[in-house]
Amino acid sequence: MNTNEKYEIADLVIKHAIKNGADEVAVAISDSASSHIEIREKKIDRLQESISNGLSLSLYVQKKYSSHSTNHLKKDDLMKFVEGAVAATKYLSEDEFRYLPDSERYYKGGGEDLMTMDANINTLDPKSKIELARQAENEIFGTDERIISITASYDDSVSSDVFVTSNGFKGESNGSFAGISASVSIKGETGRPQDYWGEYCIHLDDLVKSGIGKKALERTIRKLDPRKISSGKYLMLVDNLAAGNLMGPFISAIYGSSMYQKNSFLIGKANTKVASEILTIIDDPLLPKGFGSRHFDQEGINAVKREVIENGILKNYFIGTYYGRKLNLPPTTIGPSNLVFKSGDKDQAALVKSVKKGVLVTGFNGGNCNGSTGDFSYGIEGFYIENGEIKYPVNEMNISGNMKEFWNTLVAVGNDPYKFGSYLTPSMLFDNTDFSGL
Amino acid sequence: MNLKRREFIRLGGITVAGSMVIPSLLNSCKGNPVSETAASYMDHFEVTPEHLQKVLATALEKGADYADLYFEHTVSNATSLQDKKVNSAYSDITFGVGIRVLKGDQTGFAYAENTSMESMLRAARTAASIAESNSVWSPSTFNEIIPRALYNITTSWEDVVIKDKIPFITSLNDKIFAGDNRVTKVNISLSDSTTYILFYNSEGVLSWDYRPLTYIMARTVMEENGRLENAMVSQSYRKGFEFMTNDLVDSLASDAISKTSRLFEADKPKAGEMEVVMAAGSSGILLHEAMGHSFEADFNRKNTSIFSDKMGKKIAQDFVTVVDDGTLPGDRGALNIDDEGVPTEKTILVNNGTLTSYIHDRISAKFYNVKPTGNGRRQDFRNVPLPRMRSTYMENGPHKHDEIIASVKNGIYVEDFSNGQVNIGPGDFTFFVKFGYIIENGKLTKPIKDINIIGNGPQALADITMVADNQKIDYGTWTCGKDGQGVPVSMGLPTVKIRKLTVGGING
Repeated sequence: MNTNEKYEIADLVIKHAIKNGADEVAVAISDSASSHIEIREKKIDRLQESISNGLSLSLYVQKKYSSHSTNHLKKDDLMKFVEGAVAATKYLSEDEFRYLPDSERYYKGGGEDLMTMDANINTLDPKSKIELARQAENEIFGTDERIISITASYDDSVSSDVFVTSNGFKGESNGSFAGISASVSIKGETGRPQDYWGEYCIHLDDLVKSGIGKKALERTIRKLDPRKISSGKYLMLVDNLAAGNLMGPFISAIYGSSMYQKNSFLIGKANTKVASEILTIIDDPLLPKGFGSRHFDQEGINAVKREVIENGILKNYFIGTYYGRKLNLPPTTIGPSNLVFKSGDKDQAALVKSVKKGVLVTGFNGGNCNGSTGDFSYGIEGFYIENGEIKYPVNEMNISGNMKEFWNTLVAVGNDPYKFGSYLTPSMLFDNTDFSGL
Repeated sequence: MNLKRREFIRLGGITVAGSMVIPSLLNSCKGNPVSETAASYMDHFEVTPEHLQKVLATALEKGADYADLYFEHTVSNATSLQDKKVNSAYSDITFGVGIRVLKGDQTGFAYAENTSMESMLRAARTAASIAESNSVWSPSTFNEIIPRALYNITTSWEDVVIKDKIPFITSLNDKIFAGDNRVTKVNISLSDSTTYILFYNSEGVLSWDYRPLTYIMARTVMEENGRLENAMVSQSYRKGFEFMTNDLVDSLASDAISKTSRLFEADKPKAGEMEVVMAAGSSGILLHEAMGHSFEADFNRKNTSIFSDKMGKKIAQDFVTVVDDGTLPGDRGALNIDDEGVPTEKTILVNNGTLTSYIHDRISAKFYNVKPTGNGRRQDFRNVPLPRMRSTYMENGPHKHDEIIASVKNGIYVEDFSNGQVNIGPGDFTFFVKFGYIIENGKLTKPIKDINIIGNGPQALADITMVADNQKIDYGTWTCGKDGQGVPVSMGLPTVKIRKLTVGGING
């Protein structure tokens, strides 16, 4: 489907919904093409190609609201779908806060190219993709007798979307990525350690083609024969890949919806200190080639750069139109784009050197955080550090604490932002974390 | 199910399924070698027996061993309450056909989002490219597998309009608010889905399924002296609208109040290793994480599971028997046929302490030269089937619940959970405890909450020292994730004691 065809369907759906009694309508139409290739033992284990499309619809009918989605875009059926959806909405209760955003807040076009899409990914032939995955396996195949299994993968996706509202928004966005990854299992004394490494990019020219298999194997071998250490309070260094997981509950707590549902430990904390002064986080939607870059959010709202945390002070919540009205707070944007962290001056190796007795956490295993109270507890794996040196791998341990206090124990931030996602988390060092082990 | 009556849209129903069910039984199917039921599913997807054979022949034209077609049409609805009003609703239609081609254990896969021959043949050619020679497949005859009837529906969700659902939702909300004056927020969602499946493979297996699935979920927040606590209650079944009753509303409301209010008394325990008693019911999460995933045969075929070399070996005490069952009527994990057209069964994984079976799909069953166990499952037509659990539970043992509690000097008793995870290779598994108690000198004492427990699968299984006779299946809305695909499951356990697990908490 090209962009014009998508706009035509969107217009048709909006007109039909209004004809059937809707007051306002928003429609998003997307299509994407993606491939997934897995290589195992020199053979293609899986070759998967997907081409899909979808339509989603928000309806505002007599102050009542519903939303719908379908991948069945045959015109007659789609029109019946819209009719049924409008009719059903009328049975709901009224909600005075449900109406489209003020059109003044919409993105009006004319922004710089954010370079979120490379159409060349579509033209890469399947054989080349297979070769890219093979390369990751070849790097390490047969190089170590402890290797039990290697799965090397190539993934890519190209997608394009249009979003149209009945009060004047019309916009399109595109995205792509390609990446190579490898997952390795090796035979240990007791278990079978497993780890993974993957590198992703938006533009094919930026694709890192070698070293991925090697890195996955290194990450696995260092986990051989882990131990459990005594329960107690330790310094905790979280590596940049794992740090994204710790951000999850914190970001969730500053959503308007979480605050309204009282599922946030940061209600009423705007402009107060919620974290150590070394933490500064910026939501930057306009970062060129960012995985989360955008000119407008899911509601069509013009994207702007905002401070989320500045020197430990909570500056902005993520507030969409609906919950902004309910909370009587000015709306910002419905959710994060790229989260950029103010850098520290040390890399991970230097941070390890600074630790007298602690644990480098490289992965989390389950666990959860109670959104209302901030109490958390997670399983971890990683490495024991003593006198600035990594001693041995640790596993089968938990960390526990409360998010309100925990972020104030952040004592150092690395200069190593994670490059392959929209949360550009650096390594982070926390003081006095509760570990449970032996 | 009779499909003929699904041709209309019920006004006021958020359900819009009828919009896609095209004509009544087509005459074109007459004289074809399939039953009237199979023909009605073919009509639903606008395909004929000849179409199916043509698409399969194309999928196999490069010389693969096996191919299958999985047609799916799912209509889902969710009706939600916030601020004491049912003021939002959601619906979704998912429609398409997944085409899978196997050569040995290699998989080629593609799908089409409509069932025109052009789209299906294009997807078939893509999937076919996993093989690289040329061959001609001679169509098999149709070998129909009549699915068993595990979901006995009185009122189909397709016949329920939104206004019929609203009174139950508001009644649940009112009862929760009436039950405790600390309640400040209640969010409720009633969700249902109806799935039509048509399956055909190159061995001639032709089958179909009509799968209802529903859940109701309520999240309650209470506030006391500025402190917030929240708890979730839910129930889920493969049942029709008849599952919504006033009794269910009453029991959910009373659970919501007790589960939320007791949290004000609870605290974190002391960190470290200790004896853990798992309550009967949702503690089945232990089986799901500590062993279930590690028994999935794809991990064992690839040698990456910690149980890869344990088949036929003693891995637990004699009184431990663990099953994965796809045949519990109305259960969230039940399936008449799996997503590879294999009838489900009750699979004994651990029999009196000995590992007797892995969890198989067609690929792994062929690899191990065993019968498939009916565990080949997929999230939807866009995904390949994988070995997945259904309802995983432990059979009763010789001990008594009270005897187990009384036997613990220092430990914890856990009874409510939100999530769990496992690392297949090392075997480390976790589950997150929403509520439990400390056990001191054989008695339950202080309530505890919000802590993670971690252990090692084979060790924990060997460390099960007592199993009670009070087995219970949990009807919570459990969804199992693997390889990016979610599927509905259930779980169960009698009261069980584990000698030692590592409990999250505070230090000194």
